[in-house]
Amino acid sequence: MSGEEFVPLSLTPMLIGIFAAIACALPGNFLLLRRQALIGDAISHVVLPGIVVAFLMTGMIAAWPMMLGAAGAAIVAVVMIEAIRRLGRIEPGAAMGVVFTTMFAGGVLLLEQTDTSTVHLDVEHALYGNLESLIWLDATGWASLLDPQALRYLPSELPRMALTLLGVCLFTTLFWRALKISTFDEGFARTMGIRTNLLGLGLVITAAVAAVAAFDAVGSIIVIAMFICPPAAARMMTNRLEAQIAWSVLYAVLSAVLGYVLAGFGPLWLGGGDAVSAAGMIATVSGVILAITARFGPCRGRSGAPATA
Amino acid sequence: MLLDALLLQLGYNATLVAIGAALLGTAAGITGTFLFLRKRALVSDAVSHATLPGVCIAFLLMAFAGGDGRNLAGLLAGSAVSAGIGLWCMNWLTRNTRLAEDAAIGAVLSVFFGFGIVLLTVIQTLGVGRQAGLEGFLLGSTAGMLYSDAVVIAAGGAVTLFLVLVTRRPMTLVAFDPEYAAARGLQVDRIDMLMMGLVMAVTVVGLKIVGLILIVALLIIPAVTARFWTERSEYVVLLAGLFGGVAAYLGAALSASAPNLPTGPLIVLVSFALFALSLFLAPNRGVLAAVLRHMRFQRRVHLRQGLLALAQGQAIYESLTLRLLRRADLVRADGVATGKGKVRAAKALRDEQRWEVVRSDVTQEAAAALYDGLRDIETVLTRDQIQEIDRRIGGPREVVS
Repeated sequence: MSGEEFVPLSLTPMLIGIFAAIACALPGNFLLLRRQALIGDAISHVVLPGIVVAFLMTGMIAAWPMMLGAAGAAIVAVVMIEAIRRLGRIEPGAAMGVVFTTMFAGGVLLLEQTDTSTVHLDVEHALYGNLESLIWLDATGWASLLDPQALRYLPSELPRMALTLLGVCLFTTLFWRALKISTFDEGFARTMGIRTNLLGLGLVITAAVAAVAAFDAVGSIIVIAMFICPPAAARMMTNRLEAQIAWSVLYAVLSAVLGYVLAGFGPLWLGGGDAVSAAGMIATVSGVILAITARFGPCRGRSGAPATA
Repeated sequence: MLLDALLLQLGYNATLVAIGAALLGTAAGITGTFLFLRKRALVSDAVSHATLPGVCIAFLLMAFAGGDGRNLAGLLAGSAVSAGIGLWCMNWLTRNTRLAEDAAIGAVLSVFFGFGIVLLTVIQTLGVGRQAGLEGFLLGSTAGMLYSDAVVIAAGGAVTLFLVLVTRRPMTLVAFDPEYAAARGLQVDRIDMLMMGLVMAVTVVGLKIVGLILIVALLIIPAVTARFWTERSEYVVLLAGLFGGVAAYLGAALSASAPNLPTGPLIVLVSFALFALSLFLAPNRGVLAAVLRHMRFQRRVHLRQGLLALAQGQAIYESLTLRLLRRADLVRADGVATGKGKVRAAKALRDEQRWEVVRSDVTQEAAAALYDGLRDIETVLTRDQIQEIDRRIGGPREVVS
C-alpha cells in the first residue's frame, strides 16, 4: 500500500491503537502480579456513568469534560469499593462486582432516559469504540508528517493518547524500584519506608487514567484485554520483571498492529466486503497470543522453573 | 400504571416476563450464594461475557440454514456452548499455568467478548437475517419480546430454580469446607462443575432479560445482601433467593410501566437499593448497628470514668460525661453527686480496688484476664470470693464531695 493511502487512513488509528495498548499493558503488569487484574475490567465499566453525567452537564460531546467525568466516576468507584469492603466486611471481588455492575446499570439507565439521539453517544460505542473512524483526512502522504498545515488536523485522540502513554511511562520509571519491591514483598517494602498504600493507590490511579484515555479513543473492550492479556502472555515467557515488561510491550504492539490489519483487510482476503471491528479483533489477537504462550511458553508452569521435556 | 405493572395487569407478555424474571432472580440469588461463599463471585463475569460469540455463531448458523436466525432457544443453546468453552479455558489457565484465577477471568472475559464483537460486525456487514435483536443481548431487552421467548425464559427460570433446590445440600458443604466435603466422600470437582453449570444456566436464561454485561449483578448482589442479615448458611441461601426474586420482579414490573426504562439496569438498581438498605440497617453486621454499638460502649466508658472521678473527689470537665451522669440522676447541675450518685461512685471505686486485688493475684489469672475497666466484678467472681477480697481491702469508706 502506498503512502498516499496508508498515512491518512491507517497510520493514525494504528498509532492510537499501539499507544493505547502499551499504556494499558504497562500498569497491567503490576496489577497482574498483585492479583488486581480485574481492576481494569471494573474501571472500564464505571466510566460509562461518568461520561453520561459529563454529557448531561455540559450538553456536548467534548473530550475534556468527558474524561474528567470518567475519571471522577473511576474515583467514586474506588472509594465505593473500599467503603463497601470495609463497612460490610465483604471480600474485595464481591464488593467490586456490586459496585461496577450498579454504576454501569446507572449509566445505561441515564443514557436511555436522556435524549442522545442527536449526538453520537451510545452503549455500543462505549463498549467497542470506533478506532476505524480516527482517520487523518488532511494527510496526503508521508510528507504530511512534516507539514504543519496538515498536522493541525490530526485526530486529537492521537496526541492525547501519546501524552497518556508518556505519563504512564514516567510513573513506571520514576517509581520503578518501589513498585518492584512492593509488588513482590509488600512487608519488606514497608520496612524500607516505602508508603505501600499510597503507591498502590498511585498505581490504580495511573491505570484509571490510562483506561479512561484509551476508552475515549478505542472503547472499553481493548482496555480490559490490554490490561490482562499481554502481561499474562509475557508472564509465561520469563521470570524477570524487566523481561516480562518488555515482552508485554511487544505483545501489546503485536496485538494492536495485527488486530488492526486483520480487521481492515482480513475480510477482503476472505472475499468479504467490509471491515470488522478493529477493537474486537485486537482483543481476539491478544487472546490468541496468550493461548499460544500458555501452551508453549518456557515459564508457563506454576513453579516458575522453565518447563522440562 | 406502576400499580398495574406490579399487579401483573399489563398484558400477557409483561406478566410472563415479570414471572420469568422473578424465577430467574430467585435461581440466580441462590446460585450466587454458593459462588459468593466459595469466594469465586467474579467467575460469573467471565461466563457471562463468554456467551457472546456463541450467540453470534448460532445466529449465523441458523441464518445460513435458512431460518430466522433469531430463534431464542437456538441462540441460548449457542450461548451455553460458548460459555462452556470459556469456562473450560478459564479452568485450564488456572490449573495448567501460573496465572491466578482473576487473570484467567479477565483474559477469558475480554477475549471472548472481543471475538463476539468481531462476529457482531461480521453479521452486520453480511446483512443476513434480521440481526436487529442481537445487540439486545448486551444489555437485555424485553420490549417487543415474542410470546414464545417469554415462555422459554419462564421455563428456563423454573428449571434452573428446581435444579438449585435439588442440589443445594452438597453445594453448601463444598462452599464452606471443600476438604471436609472430600473427606465425606463428595466429589468436589464434580460439584464445582455443577455449580458452574448452574451459573451458566442462570446466565443463559438471563441473557434476554438482563443482558450479558449485567447478569453478573444478579448473581453477586443478592448473595452479598443476604449475608448481612444472618450468619446461618440456610438462611443466607433463602434470603438471597428472596432478594433476587423481589429485585428481578420489581425491576421487570417497573420497566414495563413506562417507556425508555430498560429491564436489566432497573433490576440491577433495585438489587443495589436492597443492598444499600441492608448495608446500613442490618442488625449486627450493618453500619447503623455498628454505630449504635460504638455509642453504647462510649457511654459505658464515660459513665464509669465519671463515677470513679466522683468517688475520688475529682472535678469532671468532660461535657459528655457530665451529661450522662446528670441524665442518670447521679450528679446535680452544679456537679455535686446526688445520694444515688455517691452510692454508685463508692461501688465503682470499690470494684476497681477489688479488681486490683484480683489482678495482682497470680492464682486469679483467668478472672483477671476478663478485666476491661467496664465489667462488673459480680459477673466474674462468686460472692464468697468477693467477700474474701473485701476482707483484705478493709471496710467501706465514705465518699468525699
